Amino acid sequence: MTRDPCDKCEEILQDYLDRTLTNEEWAEAESHLEGCDYCRRRYRFEETLRRYVKTSAAERMPPGLMDKLQELRGLDATA
Amino acid sequence: MSEPEPATEARRIAAEARDRQRFEEEALALADQVYRVARRLVGAREEAEDLVQETYARAFRSWRSFTPGTNMRAWLLRILTNLNVDRGRRIQRTPHSQPLEEGDYYLANKLAAAGGEEVLEQEQVVERMSQDSVVNALASIQPQFRDVVVLVDIGDFTYADAAQILDIPIGTVMSRLHRGRRALKQKLAEDTVP
Ligand SMILES: [Zn+2]
Repeated sequence: MTRDPCDKCEEILQDYLDRTLTNEEWAEAESHLEGCDYCRRRYRFEETLRRYVKTSAAERMPPGLMDKLQELRGLDATA
Repeated sequence: MSEPEPATEARRIAAEARDRQRFEEEALALADQVYRVARRLVGAREEAEDLVQETYARAFRSWRSFTPGTNMRAWLLRILTNLNVDRGRRIQRTPHSQPLEEGDYYLANKLAAAGGEEVLEQEQVVERMSQDSVVNALASIQPQFRDVVVLVDIGDFTYADAAQILDIPIGTVMSRLHRGRRALKQKLAEDTVP
């Protein structure tokens, strides 16, 4: 069974971005991305999306929570 | 049997108090990062606040069971996710009760179909999605997939850390992460591409 190289590229997207590919798989992906606009655009989009998800989902600690946590110190002091 | 010398005993107590205080300071310095993960694991801000407080109360009571030199952030998150499960938040559903997610290129393909291939070259393409839609999309993922996505993609934990925190095999982390990210993109596509 022959497979579309772009399907293969889609399949290893996660491992590529997570940097968990073997050297051989990585070289294979690089050489495909070199010659394939379609996949290259999608890989770049995915990287941007990950950064965006991370910043969008970050929410700072509400004011006052740190004081409440500070008050918990010493819970084990008498044990 | 002889009682320890009072002076020796006093030194031991003082040394232990110092260790405890150092532990507490190290743990508190991580509170912002712990909260950031907690906030996305649960639905409401108040719930996240409670969970973080319970986590620190538990951590301070059991500081002796922390091994110095190991990853304290992962240790705190392990406590937190266990408490979260104890709260009964999670009703385990079988993974196949969710329709199969689309492929990894799904969102990019939808955006390209709506605006042309070139839009994917533009950094702003993701900004079409509001921060709210990202937060809502994360919240819509089934808990067992969301936990992994939040730990790895928001909390910057490694696969190995996430496996330890959730007490699941590393292969399960990888497959849940894959499915969780696909579900996230599917939801974002539904929300943002006409
Ligand atoms: Zn391709």
